[in-house]
Order: sequence, then C-alpha cells, then structure tokens
Amino acid sequence: MGVAVRVIPCLDVDAGRVVKGVNFTDLRDAGDPVEMARVYDAEGADELTFLDITASSGSRETTYDVVRRTAEQVFIPLTVGGGVRSVDDVDRLLRAGADKVGVNTAAVARPQLVTEIAARFGAQVLVLSVDARRCTGDVRTDSGYEVTTHGGRRGTGLDAVAWAAQCAAAGAGEILLNSMDADGTQAGFDLEMIRAVRAEVTVPVIASGGAGALDHFPAAVEAGADAVLAASIFHFGQQRIGEVKDALRAAGHPVR
Amino acid sequence: MSQPRVVVLDHGSGNLRSAERALSAAGADTVISDDPGAAFAADGLVVPGVGAFATCMAGLRGVLGHQVIGRRLAGGRPVLGICVGMQVLFEEGNEHGVRTEGCGEWPGLVQQLSAPVLPHMGWNTVSVPAGSTLFTGVEQERFYFVHSYAVRRFDLQPAPPLTPPLVTWSEHGERFVAAVENGPLSATQFHPEKSGAAGARLLANWVGSL
Repeated sequence: MGVAVRVIPCLDVDAGRVVKGVNFTDLRDAGDPVEMARVYDAEGADELTFLDITASSGSRETTYDVVRRTAEQVFIPLTVGGGVRSVDDVDRLLRAGADKVGVNTAAVARPQLVTEIAARFGAQVLVLSVDARRCTGDVRTDSGYEVTTHGGRRGTGLDAVAWAAQCAAAGAGEILLNSMDADGTQAGFDLEMIRAVRAEVTVPVIASGGAGALDHFPAAVEAGADAVLAASIFHFGQQRIGEVKDALRAAGHPVR
Repeated sequence: MSQPRVVVLDHGSGNLRSAERALSAAGADTVISDDPGAAFAADGLVVPGVGAFATCMAGLRGVLGHQVIGRRLAGGRPVLGICVGMQVLFEEGNEHGVRTEGCGEWPGLVQQLSAPVLPHMGWNTVSVPAGSTLFTGVEQERFYFVHSYAVRRFDLQPAPPLTPPLVTWSEHGERFVAAVENGPLSATQFHPEKSGAAGARLLANWVGSL
C-alpha cells in the first residue's frame, strides 16, 4: 500500500506533433499528442508529460492549443515543459490546462525563477527538470554529475546533485532527473545518479532516460525514484504501460 | 430531469478549467464564477484550491467565499471543497510556522505531514467508511493527491439526532483525512478532477446528490 509508483509517458511535441529521437537527434514522428494522450490515459498512465521542443517561439500558440485540447479530454495530471522562461509562461500553461510545469534551462540561467514560480503558484506546480551527465574531460563536480542545458548540447559545470537540492529547497515540488548519457540508449536508467539525488532531496524524484526493458523500472524505484518516465518505448509499442506496472507490482512496488 | 447548476468558485487558485470540465462530464451545468450571488444561488458550489493555505484563504475572503459557504450551509445547500479548498474549511492552517484562520466549518488544524518524501504526490488508496455517498462504486480505487499539509485528527462528533460526519482516511507517512461527508458539506484532499475514471465517478456521485 501507500502512494503508487507513477508511470509517466513523455511526449516530445514539436509544432503540435509528437516526436522522439535517440539522444535528441534523428527525430521520428509518432503521432498526434492529443490522441496519444487519450490512448495512454486509457492504458493506465498515471500522469502525462509534454516536452515542447518547438524551436521557434512563434509556434508557442500551437503548444497552448495542444495543452488545451488534451486537458479537455484527459482527466489525469498533465505536466508541460520546454521553453518555459518566466512566471507569465507558467501562468499561460496553467490557464491552458496544465497542472504542472517543467523548468530547466531558464532556471539554470536565472535560479530566482524557481522561487518566483513557487511563490506565485505553489511548489506543487513546479517540476525542476535536470538534464544531467557524468562529468567528462576537464569538468569536475563533487557528485561527478554535471547539469546540461539545451537538450544536452551545453554543459554548465554545475553539480547536478547540488543543483537539484538547491532547487528543491528554493521551491521545486519535484525533480525530473534525466540522464543524458542513458537517454535514448534503452540500456537502463542511471541508477547511481538516482541514488545520489535521492540522498539529497526529500521531494519526489522522477527517473528518466534509458528505459528499454521491463526490469529497468523496478530497479529505478529501488534506487529511490518515486516515478518513472519514458518516451520511445511506449510510443513505438515496445512496452505497454500495463506491462511496466505488472513488472513493478511483481517486484513488490505499489501501482495503480 | 434538468441538470443541476454548479458554480466553480474562482478565487484565484486552482486549475479551474479542469474542475469545470470534469464536473460537466459528470452531468452538471457548470460555470466558473467569482460572483458571490451566483455562488450562493447555484445548486452546488465547488471550492477548489492549490498552493498555500494563507494565499487560498485570502483569495476566498476576496470574493466573500467564506461568507457564501457559511450561508449556503445554513440553508443546507451543498458545497464541495477540493484540496486546499478542503483545508480552508477547517479552523486553522499552519504553514512554515504561520498560523492562518480558516472558515472554521470543522474543528481541526492543517499541518505538514510527517513523511520522508513531500509533497505527497500521486495515486493513493483510501479507507472509506460504510454509508459513503461520494465513494459509492469507487471504494477500492486510488485517487490523485498533491499536497504537503493535511488534517490528522477529526474530532467532530455531534450528539444525536445529528448524523456524525463520514470521514475517509488515507496514509502517507501518517494517517490523514482524505475526505469528509458532513450533510451538505463535502470535501476531498485529493483531486477528483484529476483522478481519471474513479474521480469522474466520485464527482458524478456528488452531482447526482444535488
């Protein structure tokens, strides 16, 4: 018993269409976001996440429209991230029907944004998205993990674990921990990184990046994740939400 | 039979559109309004709320929500509080050491839960008492919670012939009040409008009772 481990499909949305690439390149089209949201809801998804990867700011209206149409039809929590830069952006997404908003690059550029969003809307709306990778080359951090921005293309030199802890203290209600090393590899979550962040924060941790086989999911929970997020393996029907939940249940974790 | 009219009270807090759509899907003729007159006249009033207790209470006072709730209940007119919209029905909230007076419809203090991971975020089970109207058909289902604060004791036990409130409990680190059904006043700590089919059934049960 107790609160269920959440299984969260993530839809990468570009100009109103779902895409997902391996390591954020080689994008493949996997459908209409509203339709896919309905399918995932029917399959038992516990929440949905839209990551807006639309490059041009002119297409933001398309994103709001997708959020609006999704929230009209799907009655489970919806998180929208990508390109959120200000309290006004958060306000617009919440008004369109998002329940939570993911913030990444803009918080790195201006950490005060975390406090501002939490003060205005409450910590529960703010999912701090941390795109982290193992330090390489000259980069060194205490934890051995570095925060990246711009879809993993830019290193920041920031310690990923310390950054997650700092933002949780400043008002982030949840940490979406995405391993840029594991993302797209389908070789499993970065369990060490999950353990490192779990040890430093008391807010929920969502594990992301690397899911490929059913036994990867209970391993992430055992490393300390409260929720698991995946994209490609769900979109292409490699694994179904129900199968992931069965695997979690079989390993003794509560699921809905 | 005509659809019951439900007002979702707009006091500046909460995902109002979600509540509106879910109530419409549950069979109510639903509008979002910050007008005390409309809120008083509706067949059912929904008081949503997210974020901080103090902010929610201040917003509620701003639209005279606390008075509307009190008058509706005096006349036996149904009110449903959701999440922080439930918490403000109690006597007092205590967040970060700041004590804020609530609507005082029920005795009790809203306090931070003692749990290793907060907020309590996700789908949890509930323990439903016999005779519940709200939970008919969904007693065994999980509902979606997002909160760090809750009421851990419910002491109101009116003398007969008054009916004692039906209290539904859940647990995250410790036991807390997940829902209350008390005559015309009902409330849920979880978000029925975000709880999928189970939440839809609960809202339909409430709308059906109007």
